[in-house]
Amino acid sequence: MTTQTIQFRVYRYDPDKDAKPYMQDISVEVDSTDRKLLDALVKLKVKDETVSFRRSCREGVCGSDAMNINGKNGLACLTDLKDLKQPIELRPIPGLPVIRDLIVDMTQFFKQYHSIKPYVVNDTPPPEKERLQSPEDRKELDGLYECILCACCSTSCPSFWWNPDKFVGPAGLLAAYRFIADTRDTATNERLDNLEDPYRLFRCHTIMNCVDVCPKHLNPTRAIGKIKDLMVKRAV
Amino acid sequence: MSVPVRHFDAVIVGAGGAGMRAALQLSEAGLKTAVLSKVFPTRSHTVAAQGGVSASLGNSEPDHWHWHMYDTVKGSDWLGDQDAIEFMCREAPKVVVELEHFGMPFDRNADGTIYQRPFGGHMSNFGEKPVRRACAAADRTGHAMLHALYQRNVRANTHFFVEWMALDLIRDAEGRVQGVVAMEMETSDIVVFQAKATLFATGGAGRIYASSTNAFINTGDGLGMAARAGIPLEDMEFWQFHPTGVAGAGVLITEGVRGEGGILRNAQGERFMERYAPNAKDLASRDVVSRAMVTEINEGRGCGPNKDHVLLDITHLDPEVIKSKLPGIREISIKFAGVDPIQAPIPVVPTCHYQMGGIPTNYKGEVVVPKDGDHKAVVPGFYAAGEVACASVHGANRLGTNSLLDLLVFGKSSANSMIEFIKSEPAELPELAMADVERSIARVKRLDEQKNGTNVHEARSAMQRVMQNHCGVFRFKDMLAEGVDKILEVEKMVKRCEIADKSKVFNTARVEALELENLIEVAKATMISANARTESRGAHVRDDAPDTPETPNGRDDKNWLKHTLWHRDGNRLEYKPVNLTPLTVETIALKTRSY
Ligand SMILES: Cc1cc2nc3c(=O)[nH]c(=O)nc-3n(C[C@H](O)[C@H](O)[C@H](O)COP(=O)(O)OP(=O)(O)OC[C@H]3O[C@@H](n4cnc5c(N)ncnc54)[C@H](O)[C@@H]3O)c2cc1C
Ligand code: SF4
Ligand code: SF4
Ligand code: FES
Repeated sequence: MTTQTIQFRVYRYDPDKDAKPYMQDISVEVDSTDRKLLDALVKLKVKDETVSFRRSCREGVCGSDAMNINGKNGLACLTDLKDLKQPIELRPIPGLPVIRDLIVDMTQFFKQYHSIKPYVVNDTPPPEKERLQSPEDRKELDGLYECILCACCSTSCPSFWWNPDKFVGPAGLLAAYRFIADTRDTATNERLDNLEDPYRLFRCHTIMNCVDVCPKHLNPTRAIGKIKDLMVKRAV
Repeated sequence: MSVPVRHFDAVIVGAGGAGMRAALQLSEAGLKTAVLSKVFPTRSHTVAAQGGVSASLGNSEPDHWHWHMYDTVKGSDWLGDQDAIEFMCREAPKVVVELEHFGMPFDRNADGTIYQRPFGGHMSNFGEKPVRRACAAADRTGHAMLHALYQRNVRANTHFFVEWMALDLIRDAEGRVQGVVAMEMETSDIVVFQAKATLFATGGAGRIYASSTNAFINTGDGLGMAARAGIPLEDMEFWQFHPTGVAGAGVLITEGVRGEGGILRNAQGERFMERYAPNAKDLASRDVVSRAMVTEINEGRGCGPNKDHVLLDITHLDPEVIKSKLPGIREISIKFAGVDPIQAPIPVVPTCHYQMGGIPTNYKGEVVVPKDGDHKAVVPGFYAAGEVACASVHGANRLGTNSLLDLLVFGKSSANSMIEFIKSEPAELPELAMADVERSIARVKRLDEQKNGTNVHEARSAMQRVMQNHCGVFRFKDMLAEGVDKILEVEKMVKRCEIADKSKVFNTARVEALELENLIEVAKATMISANARTESRGAHVRDDAPDTPETPNGRDDKNWLKHTLWHRDGNRLEYKPVNLTPLTVETIALKTRSY
């Protein structure tokens, strides 16, 4: 089996022993079955078990392993090793407090997600059977419901870096539109009220970083645009 | 030693589909509930389920829960308990419709009802012809379901403890369950969660094998904790191996690929399934195909430099069909096998997928352990649901899409049992039994202080190799016996595991070491139960179980129509009868299983 050495430069910080963060140069041997960055990281952890990062599904559906890879946010499990320039520079996703190494505190990110009331609101008593929805109406949810809450988008958005407490951010706004677009949801007006604010929605300056990094190929900018359109329509 | 203690009505360990369905029920009932999870709830492995969730809604054609029940009993190779199976299949339409009301974005039929697709083993009219029963949201049903359940829990203000790892179950001297000892991963703080009722919904343990469709976090923690607390594990010899996991990566490739005309080939390019299943060929049932693949590999006809896989070939299909019908699979193949299936075949191996056994429960989600001759005796305060539990609805072989259903049905029923139990209990919590708490703390202390011990990665790899080689798809008498010795050797390594990382801050090395202590319990239970069961049934197939008129396909109902119970203490095995009596309908009588 052919092996290969991969060079890394990894952001290291363990508040238990490090006064401040530093970049560590470290290399690891991988073999031909190690296709993904995550495969190499798992090997790296065998070599030095103190290197810390989150991971679970290893197939791009759980959203655990978002990190900043050679300057761009992405999921380690979906990133091909062979496409990466070495040394591979790994940093935590930017703009959130670092807990340790590549692990960040996502509290603020989830707070914003929760702030848009991420659930179908419909106060009419449910029927005996399912609520009906046409295939066309259901199609409106495609490109919205698939979000895995990895935070690649929000943590590459300059507006979110500056105002993480006030700007909902692309992931949260994508979710907001997911519920607005759902014909079963009856709270569109309240949802728009909730976002009618100089910061919550309107801090988005269409910089498009979010679209560029989303590992699920979703388009938060388009969703944001649709919310803005609805606001305009409602105003006239 | 003093440990902080937090008090709740209910504690749920696990925030996958089962844990969150239960949490919702308890939160909406106004009970003070804590839900612990090693990962943020939507990162639980339910998120990876693709195909669908079964319910006899009959949206496209006539269907009936009784037919669903028949298919499930047959799929289980008659090892499933028929009361639990009836309960699940009857409840299915209700819980799936409820899920829709919670906001699940199911695909839709033209008339606006939930879309249903055909799936292996789903038949109408007691096995007559295929029926559309799997309710689906594209090929992302698990993701859609898990997020919908999380969202509904946000609405219900459920209290989640995210990135908290439960370490051990607490039982008092009489065996009543009082809660769990848990560790906050960010700080390594250890806290007791005391409650009137405790639910385990910790999911699967596929990581005992070297190759698995399961996530890294599927380490059988619930099973390990239960076993250490003296709860036996049921039917652990039954593991479903999915024929087509991507070789090396383990990522799942759905059966739908073979449905579209995909062919399995060996190193000589031969369509070998023609020899094993002349009629169904590549579309024979999961256990048959997996067994054939392993035979090819064992006899030296495997592919690749290590001759360790076979090829799934769809290069003969129209590229447009591949792009329109199998886009997700094409993406997985490109991403994880490095081949575009339009141009080259996909390397696949049978891959450990699902654990049919688990913590023994009844259909109400109550944990049951034999006591004074009563094999249905309830353990007060203890409940289990989802993949960690064994109700037993899947018996010796699970039917596709019945697991997501299991999460909804038993998540809900266990929560209802808990609500009833909590209401019947005195308001004051009893005095905390410290013995188990101290044992748990000592376990972590041992790990932190171990010197000159074994490396965690080495011990885990050794375990995975033993399981893969000695207790795989196809089982051999001598290999199993040897496997028992080997796994007990590995256990000694695990007991001496050492970690170099002593940090208190988000110490994932410590987490992995603690997970391994759970995995090894599951591995032992599996190997020892498999070694003892000298018949072939469902997913458990042995070379020394002869195919005779009395024992068709090696299934020996006279001696083995019974559930295994493995006790950690002394690796003792005990057996209990299969419940062949449904709740309201007639028994589905024993038959030879053929499709
Ligand atoms: C790739 C794949 C595809 C599948 N497709 C289908 C399908 O189409 N249809 C179907 O019916 N079934 C399918 N299955 C099976 C099904 O998805 C699983 O059986 C089911 O999702 C398990 O759900 P669960 O709630 O029991 O556990 P999980 O979703 O695995 O959740 C376990 C939870 O327990 C927590 N936990 C574990 N240990 C601890 C601990 N020590 N402390 C705190 N928390 C802990 C975890 O953090 C997690 O929240 C599939 C399985 C796989 C792997
Ligand atoms: S388009 Fe809006 S949300 Fe997306 S990165 Fe730019 S400012 Fe942020
Ligand atoms: S929109 Fe995309 S990048 Fe943003 S959280 Fe969702 S999946 Fe991740
Ligand atoms: S590990 Fe789940 S998304 Fe990468």
